[in-house]
Amino acid sequence: MNRGSSVALFVTCLADTLFPDVGRATVAVLERLGCQVVFPPSQTCCGQAHVNTGYQRDALPLVRNFVATFERYDAVVAPSGSCVGSVRHQHAIVAERAGDNALAERARAVASRTFELSEYLVDRLGVTDVGATYPHTVTYHPTCHSLRMLGVGDKPLTLLRNVRGLTLLALPAAEECCGFGGTFAMKNADTSTAMLADKIGDVLATGAEVCAASDSSCLMHIGGGLSRLRTGVRTVHLAEILAATDGAA
Amino acid sequence: MSPGDRRLLPVHAPRGVGMLRGTQSFPDAARTALADTQLRRNLGHATATIRAKRAAVVGEVADWEELREAGRSIKADTMARLDDLLIQLEERVAAAGGVVHWAQDADEANSIVTRLVRAAGADEVVKVKSMATQEIGLNEALADAGIAAYETDLAELIIQLSGDRPSHILVPAIHKNRAEIRALFARTLPGVDPDLTDDPRELAAAARSHLRRRFLSAKVAVSGANFGVAETGTLAVVESEGNGRMCLTLPRTLITVMGIEKVVPTFRDLEVFLQLLPRSSTGERMNPYTSLWTGVHAGDGPEAFHLVLLDNGRTAVLSDEVGRETLHCIRCSACLNVCPVYERTGGHAYGSVYPGPIGAILSPQLTGVEDNASLPYASTLCGACYDVCPVKIDIPSILVHLRAEHVEAQRRERRVPTPEAILMAAAAWTLADPGRWQNAQTAIRAGRALGRRRDKDAGRIRALPGPLAAWTAARDAPRPPAETFRQWWARTRGGGS
Repeated sequence: MNRGSSVALFVTCLADTLFPDVGRATVAVLERLGCQVVFPPSQTCCGQAHVNTGYQRDALPLVRNFVATFERYDAVVAPSGSCVGSVRHQHAIVAERAGDNALAERARAVASRTFELSEYLVDRLGVTDVGATYPHTVTYHPTCHSLRMLGVGDKPLTLLRNVRGLTLLALPAAEECCGFGGTFAMKNADTSTAMLADKIGDVLATGAEVCAASDSSCLMHIGGGLSRLRTGVRTVHLAEILAATDGAA
Repeated sequence: MSPGDRRLLPVHAPRGVGMLRGTQSFPDAARTALADTQLRRNLGHATATIRAKRAAVVGEVADWEELREAGRSIKADTMARLDDLLIQLEERVAAAGGVVHWAQDADEANSIVTRLVRAAGADEVVKVKSMATQEIGLNEALADAGIAAYETDLAELIIQLSGDRPSHILVPAIHKNRAEIRALFARTLPGVDPDLTDDPRELAAAARSHLRRRFLSAKVAVSGANFGVAETGTLAVVESEGNGRMCLTLPRTLITVMGIEKVVPTFRDLEVFLQLLPRSSTGERMNPYTSLWTGVHAGDGPEAFHLVLLDNGRTAVLSDEVGRETLHCIRCSACLNVCPVYERTGGHAYGSVYPGPIGAILSPQLTGVEDNASLPYASTLCGACYDVCPVKIDIPSILVHLRAEHVEAQRRERRVPTPEAILMAAAAWTLADPGRWQNAQTAIRAGRALGRRRDKDAGRIRALPGPLAAWTAARDAPRPPAETFRQWWARTRGGGS
């Protein structure tokens, strides 16, 4: 148990710009559990889209900015398994490729204190019941980077099982990628769409009202498909469910 | 540049020979495959079946993770002293009565094999399923020299009879179903029963009686190798049908083409790989036939044995510190079976004989990344391949590395940057500074107009302009909110931290 701790929020460029509710929900959950949340305003982006598209050299200033922004904090929390995966597994590589070993060292140090939200709640704060109420049927897509890069395991599901009013429905083929893959969704739009079609089929098969995940990018992809097909199923970030106390999210 | 200098450079697999390069980019080839209903159905069924079998037999091995780690470290050790191990292998093979030939590339390997077949006085060979000989286009080279090469693996026979290309490392005819195979056999096998049904047992029996005649008449066999043991000079072929055992034991001359990365230091190392390979590959505890041979023995098996050691770009792979792990691959194809991209596009979309995640990192490295530039991008980086790899090849990281290699090669070779490079540089410049980023966010917020105009009810954007249209072709986009997170924070928390 580590309550009352100070946490720096890395909101991620995507949530900052397009999904601010995810950021607000993350703040709400952390503050309810007694954390002091700070938002370092010099933060921008982890640079993952650049790295994964091959532009490691362009990503270098973003890595530098991330490290400079966050290295003074004891804990950094982000509502994204993918961005945390990039911080943990790519930042040092980008720095080393550019020949900046000092930056790589600093990047490794920050990475060791950077957590995805469910990791921070369960592992660092030791909390599995965040006191949320969310009276809806929900299915959960575990997202590839949370699952395989970070190994968060069933932490998000444990948190969801302790939400009052929530009915959790198992997603068939849950561990299969939704087809987003960053610029893959544009460069290989046809294959991406074929994968999305199957993910949507699985989501609909559950009969859930809500498809949840802990990555705004995957949710933007799945949600974009669900909405295009007028399925009526909506996507909600894990943080928004955990922040809900009156069933309003 | 003298030939001596040339050997110091990373030499890639040459163009114009073999099957490492496709004619289309991956996205274009994938588009065709995705629309093939029969292919999608066959692949979905076949990969799901093999995935389940693999998961079951891997799950029953308590020390699977330790085995994977052992496999990884044996391969890493092998790569660190590959030159010494290959020389040791050559000495042991020669001491046991075999002859070793060194082939720098596909052309050299093909001409060595052609010469050996001619010297044996043969105009036909029987073949054991082999990725290396497909990689170099050996059958085509032999045909050009008037030598007929007969594939004896059932699925390879199907591919050869239909004039098709393999689409999977282990199950090359995975894209065909039994009705298609029945029709093919009825059309192409001489003397086949006209009442042949599509019962798999009947199909196998028809192939067997056809192949039996080939085995008995062939003077020369050509094989690949799963492993070559430096310590003893022993070669190993792992298979399921017994056709390999026939080829390796019946003909008088045996020619084995082996990629140089297939060497393992000691006989004992096979203990690890013969546990990892069948379980990862066919989902069996052990494969039905494992043939091991060391040189030649009077009155038993082939009278002449030739080992052709093939480079064809492998030294170039070895010279890349990040990419060299690719050479650890034991060709099990577990990564294909779990890959959501492969499952939907099939193997032909990758252009090369090496499809799926391993193909997406191996083919571009063998040919040089610019000759297979779309392959490193043929992945969502979901990581399922890395999880199942029996020798722990970090495929996602190597894909990212190759993407960087491609971008850097483009930067060197093009006088004018690509539109993508300009976009990426602009995005990086913007994101490197919080002030510039805030201005950009304001510009993105102008996109609210799109949502309001086109779809005021759902708050979704149905069509985006320019390159972003690739997104909205199949998905809605979120309408930018009135206030960014950082604006909300500044407004409610008084700015700063």
